[in-house]
Amino acid sequence: MGEPIIRLVNVVKCYHENQVVKKLNLDIQQGEFLTLLGPSGCGKTTTLRMIAGFESVTEGQIYLEGNNVADLKPNQRDVNTVFQNYALFPHMTVEDNIAFGLVEKRVKKSEIKQRVAEMIKMVQLEGMEKRMPAQMSGGQKQRVAIARALINNPRVLLLDEPLGALDLKLRKQMQSELKHLQKRLGITFVFVTHDQEEALTMSDRIAVMNGGVLEQIGTPREIYNRPETKFVADFIGESNVLDAYVTEVSEGGIHVKMEFGDAVLKAGGFVEEEMVYLCVRPENLKMTKEAVPNFNIYGTVKEHIFIGSVCKTVVELASGLEVKMTSPQTDELYAVGTRVNIYWREDQGVILHTKEEQLYNLIENTVQIEGGMHEA
Amino acid sequence: MKHKWNNRLPMFVMIGPAFLWMAIFVLAPLCYVVGISFLSKDSSGGVMFPLTLASYFSLWNESFLTIFSRSLLLSLQTTIICLAVGYPFAYVIANAPKKHRGLLLLLIMLPFWINSVIRIYGWNTLLRQEGVINSVLMSIGIISSPLEMLYTDGAVLLGMVYELLPFTILPLYASIEKLDRSLLEAASDLGATKPHIFTRVIFPLTMPGIFAGSIQTFIPSLGLFYISEMMGGGSTMYIGNLIKNQFLSARNWPLGAALSLLLILITLVLMKLYTKVGSLEDMA
Ligand SMILES: Nc1ncnc2c1ncn2[C@@H]1O[C@H](COP(=O)(O)OP(=O)(O)OP(=O)(O)O)[C@@H](O)[C@H]1O
Ligand SMILES: [Mg+2]
Repeated sequence: MGEPIIRLVNVVKCYHENQVVKKLNLDIQQGEFLTLLGPSGCGKTTTLRMIAGFESVTEGQIYLEGNNVADLKPNQRDVNTVFQNYALFPHMTVEDNIAFGLVEKRVKKSEIKQRVAEMIKMVQLEGMEKRMPAQMSGGQKQRVAIARALINNPRVLLLDEPLGALDLKLRKQMQSELKHLQKRLGITFVFVTHDQEEALTMSDRIAVMNGGVLEQIGTPREIYNRPETKFVADFIGESNVLDAYVTEVSEGGIHVKMEFGDAVLKAGGFVEEEMVYLCVRPENLKMTKEAVPNFNIYGTVKEHIFIGSVCKTVVELASGLEVKMTSPQTDELYAVGTRVNIYWREDQGVILHTKEEQLYNLIENTVQIEGGMHEA
Repeated sequence: MKHKWNNRLPMFVMIGPAFLWMAIFVLAPLCYVVGISFLSKDSSGGVMFPLTLASYFSLWNESFLTIFSRSLLLSLQTTIICLAVGYPFAYVIANAPKKHRGLLLLLIMLPFWINSVIRIYGWNTLLRQEGVINSVLMSIGIISSPLEMLYTDGAVLLGMVYELLPFTILPLYASIEKLDRSLLEAASDLGATKPHIFTRVIFPLTMPGIFAGSIQTFIPSLGLFYISEMMGGGSTMYIGNLIKNQFLSARNWPLGAALSLLLILITLVLMKLYTKVGSLEDMA
């Protein structure tokens, strides 16, 4: 990997007292399709707008191709944006909308004409050159917005939930079109979405944000299979997250104890008496009536839910906690009420450190509650 | 059939009083004016039969046409200056923090709470030979003899602009405030500088406001008569004064009525134009 095309260094954004982006460090590589993914309000749009130059940066620096862009206005940055509401100029035809950037650059009329025609062809809007935006459907407006941005040959294209307003079918179609376009043109895309499936299918890399903090950045596979925080494990796909306590660290692995059983897992980097999370995806969780080496976690089959290609089984553990697992329909299922041992292939489960801070909070809260109870 | 009437009854009850009001205070006087315009003037300053078109024909006369074109010119100047002055005002208000906008608009409207004749009289005391401006300028030695400011065409124009500016600002404000901010960001994103954002996006998109502001300034400016009298000394005749004179001093009611109807006609044409542009706007 060469020098990143965009580099965010300790970027902080505050609105009044409210910190909405917290010490964000992010390197975006030339030519990659990077997705900012996270729940509503986590600061995705704000981050994108800081890169585009619509919002100032409270603290930290943003570099575009190695240059600090702090003092550059949006019109001086070699990036273009596709807005969520498209933001097409309602008083201009499709053609004039697309040509807007070239007119600003004082490109020759004949060249503008030719390049607009090429663009219109590329986004398949032939025959609609003279229409006004109000006379177009959402999907068509979307194409105009993309063409209007791409015609400027930006180094980076920023897209803020560009597919949010489209229906499911059109959305799927545009997803693959956008992806192909990006591969063909080799332009860096920074794409914002809160739809994890969209992120997983389209991206080269995904940056998962939560509450203004970058939780994890990695390929879709890494994000899905090896989540690094509980939030990522929870947010991407479905996950069973079990609280556990490390009782012993030995050659064979770590011994963890839960409210409802214990297990021995191969893992490094953990210390005795540490609280951890065990995250296992439903499709990786298995059950059996036999004993399994290293796993001693028992529960009762509570129900089977048929959901098409797979069957979902809910198992209630001794503590009352419910875990979900999915199995192919062809598998034989244990009857409801059967006592089963649950386990997983060790490379298919993830063990995470709990954030110490969270742990302390937990302890503090417990103490407070207890204290309060004594007073009462 | 019957239940239809029952359905409509509430509607009649609601618009009934308003309709009655309009009929008594707008429609009836209008019919009265139309009627008078076809009568002839009698020797005592009243009106009499026979019905005639004489008043209308007499409008086609060089001195009336001069007054007419002078009035239109003054209204045009007033409108253009109001637009030029009002646009920045409206722009600043529309871009002020939301909590301040109400107050700023209130300040624009505030003068309306004082009778406009009194306000114009205020200008009178400022501008006249021994008025505030002249005495200040003379006392600090910038001028040695008083400037002739009152009773000039410029003073009339000033008064008109002053009087009508709020009518220009309000529609401008409404259309600037409606402007989608993301369009400005999009323009900037596509490389437009501030002046270009204005000429290529803001200005064309606020055209409806500019048009509405023009009409709402131009129409009342045609009929204002007391400003040219108080600030121009009544020496230069405009349509407004002419009409007033026909009723009050020359006592030629039919001619006054015909002139008024001409003015109403111009207004209607402009209004029609206005609604037409408005409906085009909705279609876009
Ligand atoms: N102009 C503003 N003034 C004050 N707070 C703002 C402003 N813009 C955004 N915020 C706050 O900043 C936080 C992040 O907003 P942002 O728009 O970046 O979220 P997002 O991740 O894009 O969410 P969504 O998926 O809903 O679009 C939110 O809590 C929001 O309320
Ligand atoms: Mg957003």
